[in-house]
Amino acid sequence: MRIDDLIQISDYEWEIPRRHRPDMRVPVRLFASRQILDQIMDDRSLEQAVNATTLPGVVGSVVVMPDMHQGYGFPIGGVAATECPHGVISPGAIGYDINCGVRLLASSLELAQGQGKLDALADRIDAYCPSGVGKSGALSVTAAELDRLLRDGAAWALKHGYATESDLERTEDGGQLEGAMPDRVSERAKTRGRPQVGSLGAGNHFLEVDVVEEIFDEQKASSYGLQAGCLAIQIHCGSRGLGHQVCTDYVQQFQGAAKKYAIQLPDRELVCAPMDSPEGQAYFGAMRAAANFAFVNRQILAHFARRAFEDTYKSETTRWHLSQVYDVAHNMGKLEQHMVDGQAMRVCVHRKGATRAFGPDSPGLPSCFQKTGQPVLVPGSMGTASWVLAGSTESMLRSLGSTCHGAGRVWSRSKAKKEIRGDTLRRELEARGISIRAGSMSGLAEEAPAAYKDVDVVVDTVVRVGIAVKVARLRPVAVIKG
Amino acid sequence: MGFEELPHTADCALRVWAPSLGSLFVEAALGLNSVAGAEIGSGARVTRRISLHGADSESLLVAFLTELIYFQEQEDLGFDQFGIEISNQHLSGTLEGARLLSLSKPVKAATFHNLMIRQTKRGQETEVVFDV
Repeated sequence: MRIDDLIQISDYEWEIPRRHRPDMRVPVRLFASRQILDQIMDDRSLEQAVNATTLPGVVGSVVVMPDMHQGYGFPIGGVAATECPHGVISPGAIGYDINCGVRLLASSLELAQGQGKLDALADRIDAYCPSGVGKSGALSVTAAELDRLLRDGAAWALKHGYATESDLERTEDGGQLEGAMPDRVSERAKTRGRPQVGSLGAGNHFLEVDVVEEIFDEQKASSYGLQAGCLAIQIHCGSRGLGHQVCTDYVQQFQGAAKKYAIQLPDRELVCAPMDSPEGQAYFGAMRAAANFAFVNRQILAHFARRAFEDTYKSETTRWHLSQVYDVAHNMGKLEQHMVDGQAMRVCVHRKGATRAFGPDSPGLPSCFQKTGQPVLVPGSMGTASWVLAGSTESMLRSLGSTCHGAGRVWSRSKAKKEIRGDTLRRELEARGISIRAGSMSGLAEEAPAAYKDVDVVVDTVVRVGIAVKVARLRPVAVIKG
Repeated sequence: MGFEELPHTADCALRVWAPSLGSLFVEAALGLNSVAGAEIGSGARVTRRISLHGADSESLLVAFLTELIYFQEQEDLGFDQFGIEISNQHLSGTLEGARLLSLSKPVKAATFHNLMIRQTKRGQETEVVFDV
């Protein structure tokens, strides 16, 4: 792929037209500055976006966000919609970490007041919230209880005292995808997931203590519960081994389905089945169950992060409560209504490394976000800023109600480990006032800020294009990683 | 026979080659150990018998690697000796290894991305991309 293959629509919008390759069903629409485009031309993300346009039933455009990078089939930062009921659903276009996502909790405790105990807070979060390789989760559940958890999602956590009604209201889809089918989740997946309820995992998953550094929209920030100068907590993780196995199972099973339904694809990882087929429905049910697992996972971690906050600060202030801002998914398949080529259409929106960004008055949003649009949580790379954005009306028209999900990698993990020493990075971050708790120095090096794009540039791009609005910028003060 | 790491932005990709299909699977397993940073202990040796089926050789390879990922994650076991037979898209045999001392980068899954087992000058060859 070369820059010449792209049509420039505006400073931040480009298209790969259908004529680029004979098997394309729709064009690719990507949002990127020229600087970002130059960064990603060396990897295969655009080729993968072109591959995604071959999915049967795909409509509109395959949309790619400025935090895009090469994945394993579908590009990270990609969004594709397939028409209901006969269009396909593709597990690879949603990802192995089903409902990997971000939760943000906010306090009214000012950094100045909490600063002296940040190390103690980081130690408590590290102790209370299991993270790292092979670590069991915070909870032990029976097989029967796991099935209920998979079916009910965050409602299960509410029933068992780990959530509030407000938490559920301020979680995408109330923290429960309807239509979850635990019986479509394999025993192998359940075996992997059962010991991991309430665990962070490793890799690029993290818990982070932030300060709300700057507010760009006072009204929206107030609606979201954000106060300048006050502490907040972000949680980034997903469905752990259960989700990984669900995707593995169905990518394997769909190899046969692709042949059965005479679906030809340029990449076997994009295998799919019609949504209304038995295979498609089975995957949908299993995917929703795995998504519910991830909602519960983040809810449990939030519960224990709240406890850490309380235990650290209650002796000196009453401002230790953490209220939920929102919880968003960035690997998901959802049935939604969108305007596509001027027509209202029910579609399955596949988001892989992309976040839903519904604007004001969107159906499906709770009443507390009807005027503002939903919060969109965009974590930056470790040690850099994160952002709270708001969904916009424009996103519904231009990007299937979606926007970016993070900074997006530019370096491979091996390059990051060659260029960066984890212990040196740790010292540099701590010298900047960021407490680090990391299980692995090599893992820390892989997540170095230099390995990622500049999240401020990514956010500026989506804002300039109009598919999100700035609400607040967060600065990290403590990072806990597996 | 052997494996080498290929550049990949967010995940891990290997190129694997070996004289035969069976030995290709073994090299891929050793490559998985390398990607995951699996340090196999010198304690009591453990064996596991496996029996897997795939629609084709690529599916069978993914199924085999998935099985090894499961053992790493769920049973803290790493394998470095393989007595496997592959016939008619069926794999059976014995894995031998020991408890893991450490696993620095757990692998989420073996993918089908770019997976195509083919005959080259080095014998059987393929690329495998792992989600990490």
